[in-house]
Order: sequence, then C-alpha cells, then structure tokens
Amino acid sequence: MTGWLGPQEWQAVALSLKVSSLATLVSLPLGLLVAYALARWRFPGRQLLNGIVHLPLILPPVVTGYLLLLSMGTQGPVGSLLKEAGIIFAFRWTGAALAAGTMAFPLMVRAIRLSIEAVDPKLEQAALTLGAPRPLVFATVTLPLILPGIIAGAILAFAKAMGEFGATITFVSNIPGQTQTLPSAIYSFLQIPGQEGAALKLVCISVAIAMTALLASEVLAQRIAKRVAGR
Amino acid sequence: MTLSVRLRHGFGGFALDIAFEAPPGLTVLFGRSGSGKTTVINAVSGLLRPESGRIAVDDTVLLDRAARIDLPVHRRRLGYIFQDARLFPHMSVRQNLGYGRFFAPRAAPGLKPDRVIEMLGIGALLDRRPGALSGGEKSRVAIGRALLARPRILLADEPLAALDEARKAEILPYFERLRDEVQIPILYVSHSATEVARLATTIVALKAGRVERAGPARDLLADPAFTPTGIRDAGAILSARIVAHHPDGLTELDAGGQPLLLPRVAQPEGQVLRIRIAAQDVILSRARPEGLSALNILPGTVAAIRTGEGPGALVSLQTPAGLILARLTRRSLDAMQLAPGTPCHAVMKTVAIAPDAVGPAR
Repeated sequence: MTGWLGPQEWQAVALSLKVSSLATLVSLPLGLLVAYALARWRFPGRQLLNGIVHLPLILPPVVTGYLLLLSMGTQGPVGSLLKEAGIIFAFRWTGAALAAGTMAFPLMVRAIRLSIEAVDPKLEQAALTLGAPRPLVFATVTLPLILPGIIAGAILAFAKAMGEFGATITFVSNIPGQTQTLPSAIYSFLQIPGQEGAALKLVCISVAIAMTALLASEVLAQRIAKRVAGR
Repeated sequence: MTLSVRLRHGFGGFALDIAFEAPPGLTVLFGRSGSGKTTVINAVSGLLRPESGRIAVDDTVLLDRAARIDLPVHRRRLGYIFQDARLFPHMSVRQNLGYGRFFAPRAAPGLKPDRVIEMLGIGALLDRRPGALSGGEKSRVAIGRALLARPRILLADEPLAALDEARKAEILPYFERLRDEVQIPILYVSHSATEVARLATTIVALKAGRVERAGPARDLLADPAFTPTGIRDAGAILSARIVAHHPDGLTELDAGGQPLLLPRVAQPEGQVLRIRIAAQDVILSRARPEGLSALNILPGTVAAIRTGEGPGALVSLQTPAGLILARLTRRSLDAMQLAPGTPCHAVMKTVAIAPDAVGPAR
C-alpha cells in the first residue's frame, strides 16, 4: 500500500478517516438529541434551532469555516476559553473534525429526525402505560425502531465529513500531516504541475471509501429494517 | 377493588363533567362518539390531564388536582388495551408479553403467565413477531400484555372496533373470560350494543359529557326507560345455573328457583351462565298459559312500562329469576290492562334464546 501511495498521500487518507470518524462519533449523541427535540418537543425557539442546525447546509462552506475560526479560534470568544482548558481546535486535526462535524451535522439530524417522526408515538404511550419510565421507553422502543435512521445518518455524516473541503481549509488550513485531509491533498496536488497522477489515486480512494460506506449502510439498514418491521 | 372517577375537563367548546364508580367486573363506558368516553379513559390512564378531578383505585390516588397528586402514567400500574393493538414490532410475542411484567412489582397480585397464555390461546405464537400475526391474534396478545403488567385496573378503548365481524366474534369470548377471571375493575369503552349486552356488569352511559345513567347492567338493561342498545336490541340479562343436560338436546337451568330450558350449551353442570333475553322474543300473558309450545314461563309482576311515539311499548317484569324486558304493542298493553304491579307471566321460546347470548357469568 505504502509503495503505491506516497507518505503524504497515505497521511492524508489516514487523517481523513480519523477526522471523519471523530466527527461522526462525537456529533452522533448531539445529533440524536437535536433530532429528537425537533421531532417531538414543542418549545419556544424550535424553529430557530432548526434554522441554526441547517445553516451549514446553505451557507458557503468558506463562510462556515470563517465563522468557526472567528468563534473557535484561539482569539475567538469560545476558542480562548477552551484554550485555557487546554483544548485547541485551530490548525489542529481536531479542528478539522470540528469543521467536518459541523458541515455534516444537518444531514445527520435530518436522517435521524425523519426516522423518529416515522415512529408512532402511540407505541411509546403503550410502553408508558405498561410501566416503563420515559428514558426506558426511549431505550427499549424508540431507539431500536429508529436504528436504521441513525445508521443512515451516521454514514451520511461520515461521507460528508470525508469530502469536506471549504470549511476545513478555511478553519484549519492545509498542513500536510496535521490538517491536510483527502480533499485538501487532492487540491494541493492539482496545484503542482505533474502531480495529476497522485491526485487521481486519491480521487479513486475517495470514491472507493464513499461507495463502501454507502453499501455498508444499505446492507445494515435493510437487515435492521427487516427486524424492526416485525416479521 | 373499585375505581372511582370524578373529573371535569373542557376543550373546544365541549365540557366534560362526570363522576362514576367502576366496581370489580366489567364496566362499559357507553356513549356515542363525542360523548367524552375516550377523554375519560385517557384521564384515568394519565395520558390526558383533566382540569380538575380525582381518580382513585380504592385508597390509591392516581390523580387529585386539588391535592396536587398526579401519578405519572408509568406509575399508575394499568393494563391499557388499545383499539389498535400497539404491539412493539421489533419484539417477539414473548417479549411483548414480558414487557409490562418486567416493570411490575414482583409482589403485585395477578395471573401467572402460563395461565394468561393458556386463557388467550397464544402459546403457539410466542416466538413470532407482531408483523406475522393476524388481527385477532394481535388483539389477544395485546390483552395478554396488559394483563401480565399485573395492573390495578384494566382499560380497554373500543378494543374490537377495528376488527371485522368474524374477528369480533372471535375476541368477544376472551373478554368474557377476562371479566369472569380477573378480580380487578375493567373499564371498557364502547358504543356497540352487542358488547354492552354481552360484557357489561356495570354500565356508565355518557351523553354530551355527562353521565346519563349508571348502575349494574342487570338493572339498566331491564329498565324500559333506558335501552342503551336501542329499542330493537333491548333485552334483559339473567343469571342461571346449569342443572342438567337432557338427552333431547336441551339444557335445564335454574334461574332464581325457576326452571329454564335452553338449546344444549357447552358448559358443565353447576356452571352459572349469563343469558340475554331479547325483549322482542318475550310474550306476556295475564293467566299462566297452558297447551303452549313455548317451554319457558316465568311468573312475575309488571315493574315499569314505557310507551313511545310509535305503536310499541316496553314492559319490565320482576320475576324470581330477575328482571325481564318484553317488547309489545300499545294495543296489547291496553287490552291486557297492564300497569305497574299487575301480575303477569313472561313466555319465551327455548330456541329464541340464541346461543351467542349465553355465556359464563361471574
């Protein structure tokens, strides 16, 4: 593998996988909570929350990246506080994960929210009448029923994170071995004459990872859907 | 155990203001759609919070708005049988049945799982998933699941309304068994005359958010002034014990000391039956009739009379077997000079007592 890929390319692939995995794993619980709130709770500011969540989907990625830099950068209001706690996002691979997670968040929330809305609240009522407290109703009835949606949302978010470019390069730049993800690496190679071959290899890897993720999610979701449908 | 309910609730120009008690047995909450039945049952379950009121099972207060008590749904210990069975699709029948049981206190009284599974005939379904069950099977599993939660009370919200006629006939006997076997109050919402006639031990009739009539089914169904099931389907219910099965295909019963003959019933001797006698199958006679083909003759006195706009009239007769309701014409009423207190005989053809109107009684 290392023979075919140069060290810089290999680094980019590994970093992208790391960044996307972290982004997906960390945003999953939050995405679940937000999706549940949007699907089931009626509270003031619900539409506002909905808007904020969807903002990265409609803003130019560069703008999202710049906003992240402004707020989460070491000079930013949130970033400076986090810096005192020892957490730095700017120009680190964790920052790439934050940017990718932010960009992927609306897709994840949408997929999970749709699956929650498809669960009949009457089933949850039935569980309540049978003596299950709310958290256990969620764990034993809602969660198993929305599992296909959660998987779909997570895979979608992972794929989006793998491909994130604009916000990442704006927020954490394009430092090989640190913040240079697959798309950034492809971009860099394309800037240098004669490096199209390396770029093409990364493009192939990109496509392969995306397809594998998609197929895996299809198979998993189908298997779970069959179980959940109750046959 | 007795469920007592008092509540007041208003929504969308509709005011509900009711109070009633449901003793052990099956209390049918009866009324047209829009009379407030479902609101009442949802308030009892805790899925709806009424503006004011008090709901208690014996000394256990489920809700008392004045005292700021409002037990959350999951701590009310109910068995709620919904119209749509609401089985959990991702669980097997066995897991569905075990769900409520898992949350019930170990020491709570209730039927054993084996007994419930046998009673409902669902032993062969345990490893299946709800998606592979028929409508009737789903209903039975839903009944079992509610029962196994070891509830203080059972609630049923039109559990048969979504089923076709054949399935209704299949499930109805299970509710009769339930009524006769469990010792807890069952609150059963229905607008079906058949269900009232077959199942009710107590009737609470609602009309536009008020209790129109409430009392033991035996009294209410035999009250000519009430007829919750409509004049055409009016009929009283009697309890009678099986004395003997005769070789000519008839079963002899004892109803308050009076012999009663029915086409052969399946239950063993000694069993007490609940028999519904349709008002239109009863003939009244001032003198004890003789030389008549009808085999069942009960002596009694006229208790109440109701005449309406049309040519018909309803007469209730107090007999040693209980109240009997007869439907006749006003012309006969006048010709026989019937009035409350008049001695009279009720005559019933044996074959007129339909087998599906006969069931075990508590």
